Amino acid sequence: MFTVYFPLLMLLGAVLLFVVATMALTHLVGPKRASVHKHEAFECGIPSQGDARTPFSVQYFVIAILFVLFDVEIIFLYPWAMEFRSLGWTGFFEVALFTSVVCLGFFYIYRHRLFSFKK
Amino acid sequence: MTVILNLGPTHPATHGVFQNIIEIDGETILNADSTIGYIHRAFEKLAEHRPYYQITPITDRLNYCSSPINNIGWHLTVEKLLGVKTPKRVDYMRVIIMELARISDHLICNSILGVDTGAFSGFLYLFQHREKIYEIYEEICGARLTTNIGRIGGFERDFNDVAHRKTLEFLDEFSVALAEFESLLNRNRIFMDRTIGAGPISAERALNYGFTGPNLRAAGVDYDVRVTTPYSSYEDFQFEIPIGTQGDTYDRYMVRNCEMWQSLSIIRQAIEKMPEGPFHADVPEFYLPPKQDVYQYMEALIYHFKVVMGEIPVPVGEVYQAVEGGNGELGFYLVSDGGRSPFRLHFRRPSFIAYQAYPEMITGGLLSDAIVTLSSLNVIAGELDA
Amino acid sequence: MFDFFFIIEKLILISAVLGITLFIAAYSTLAERKLAAFFQDRIGPDRAGPFGLLQPLADGLKFLFKEAIIPAKADRFLFVLGPSLSMLAACMACAVIPWGPDLMLFGRTVALQITDLSVGLLYLFGLVSFGVYGVMIGGWASNNKYSLLSTIRASSQMISYELAMGLSLIALVLTTGTLSIREIVLGQPGWHWNILAQPLGFMIFIVCAFAETNRVPFDLPECETELVGGYHTEYSGMQLGFYLFAEYINMFISSAVMTCLYFGGFQMPFIASLGLPQNVVALFGVVFFFVKILMFLFLFIWIRWTLPRFRYDQLMRLGWTGLIPLAIINLLATAVFQLCN
Repeated sequence: MFTVYFPLLMLLGAVLLFVVATMALTHLVGPKRASVHKHEAFECGIPSQGDARTPFSVQYFVIAILFVLFDVEIIFLYPWAMEFRSLGWTGFFEVALFTSVVCLGFFYIYRHRLFSFKK
Repeated sequence: MTVILNLGPTHPATHGVFQNIIEIDGETILNADSTIGYIHRAFEKLAEHRPYYQITPITDRLNYCSSPINNIGWHLTVEKLLGVKTPKRVDYMRVIIMELARISDHLICNSILGVDTGAFSGFLYLFQHREKIYEIYEEICGARLTTNIGRIGGFERDFNDVAHRKTLEFLDEFSVALAEFESLLNRNRIFMDRTIGAGPISAERALNYGFTGPNLRAAGVDYDVRVTTPYSSYEDFQFEIPIGTQGDTYDRYMVRNCEMWQSLSIIRQAIEKMPEGPFHADVPEFYLPPKQDVYQYMEALIYHFKVVMGEIPVPVGEVYQAVEGGNGELGFYLVSDGGRSPFRLHFRRPSFIAYQAYPEMITGGLLSDAIVTLSSLNVIAGELDA
Repeated sequence: MFDFFFIIEKLILISAVLGITLFIAAYSTLAERKLAAFFQDRIGPDRAGPFGLLQPLADGLKFLFKEAIIPAKADRFLFVLGPSLSMLAACMACAVIPWGPDLMLFGRTVALQITDLSVGLLYLFGLVSFGVYGVMIGGWASNNKYSLLSTIRASSQMISYELAMGLSLIALVLTTGTLSIREIVLGQPGWHWNILAQPLGFMIFIVCAFAETNRVPFDLPECETELVGGYHTEYSGMQLGFYLFAEYINMFISSAVMTCLYFGGFQMPFIASLGLPQNVVALFGVVFFFVKILMFLFLFIWIRWTLPRFRYDQLMRLGWTGLIPLAIINLLATAVFQLCN
């Protein structure tokens, strides 16, 4: 464990050091001249109206939910892929059954035109 | 939930300053509203206080991608008012210049469409040839972007040898570059997917809005001022008018590409058939006499003075002269009360008319469609606002 | 257990790997500009140093000395955190790449890999997901409509293509039987590259790699003509530099991953038959590995300057209804093929 994960921690430390040091350095050496207009959000040359963080189209959220569903299903497949030789045909048919259920769900959302962003 | 988003005035996709306020739901555009006037310079009013020949530089600043067409259109308008008949050589020279200007206009529109879809390289392949066109302008009139080319009645000087040579070189080099550009985009699957069906307009709606030029022809109406009411001896040349069927971005792109090929052919014909003769009409009241004569002859000096001061009576009346500009029918409606400057001058600016249809064309489409539609309509801010 | 030499060895390796990664990422910015110039009949940057070779240095210094503007309405902490996370995720990925065969130095066997995780593929997969946060946080913190829109585009694009990527990797695991990247590389000696066993899987993977690194034709999150500057519209100075730089590091790492997974990594054909000493073989392996990586980098750049970009709905349609079904078919077909053999 030590020989495998300690170098990872060392790398994390090194990268963190690099990132934090560079960020600190640029904030230290860079000029700082505050101005009202410079600190405005860009809105194509027009004073921006309101806050950008408004509720957004639900379609993106649906994509995110679908991702979670499918990602979990993919994670289930990894253990099978590792043990697939020992599981043999039985394992394959079980996974094929599992995948076909997934595909059914996939077909269902496809028919509901969730991937089509054109109204 | 919907979000209100500004496209413009300073947005990379609005090539110029004008604004679109769009309401989007996710990526779909529900509503659009366009605003103009950011570079309105009151050209029509300015023109009412200037002698005729001083209005030419104003027309430069309409569609600055093809200013020679605007200049020559204005000259044709004044010649129509004066009843001047220009020699064939002048007509042919004008045709060469106007077709070069049409190429420079279309090549910008099409290559920028490539940039707006994300393909940058094609833009530079064509854009370096606009430079060649500008060099030809330079040889003819000394200017590049705002050309102020020619005079009322013809040209101030004949094409020199360099201009001839550069034009011939351009014809050869540009056909290679255009073929290369077309092979990069015309049948590119991503490009076709992006542009086919983007921002379509039916022939009927286009006609109702008053579309002309490539934008109308893409919708399937074969209206071209060069053919329907020929000016500057366009009837002497053989050329085809490409038309589209769907009126979408891809059709507009293809129509412009085909027109560039036709323009190349027209220029070739004009060079071949170019007659000998004077390079300006005999209108001493409007055409500046040679400088040598001004120094030596009384009459020339008087004409020079009168032309420069603009103190020459013109016929009373109204004329309308249209030319086929880069974006469509560029019309000049001139009312003269006989004074030194127009009583009223109206520019029929095709971009202004095309832009009115823009909200209708993008509503219901996706945000990316709005960008390519704007790009392919070729709305030039200078012409939009005048 | 606490081996002093082990720590020293890893420290040297980590600094070398990080240095090389940053160096190559920096010079791929120059390569991109030079190659773009070549494709477009231009000269490209040639002012800083001979042939513009010092350009990346000049760019880096300029980024460093520019004011790091934080907009008034932005969330200050998250605004700085966004690019930092992007950079962190990009740099961490180099941990599991095996850069070459083992070296024999001072009687020790030195593995040219920071760590040989037994779940290397899952680690990479996790970092890819983690990279979304950098973009997401930065875009949201900016409090700018264009940034927000492009952030949402970016995250939905990245998560969508992750699925197909994961599925194509499972098919690869079926043929290799391991999740350790080192073992995957060692399993393709000579010409037995995985690309031959998994051509479709590789095609799916490379398309996803382009999408995950936000490169043309999938550069919707930062398409300048629609969303101004994308998620980094409000960024400036080194904060912007981190975003841009992370993209190039990601390109480099995904080139390295593609080489390892499908093109034999550091394995060099015919080298075993020459009977060279172990260290020379290792050196050749490293060089050959980098040659393959550079070819992938060239491919990234070549495509960027040739193709237009997709539209959002086309991108989603390609990801969900094109690549995912294809990846599932590839997965099942691979399984059947493997079981029959």
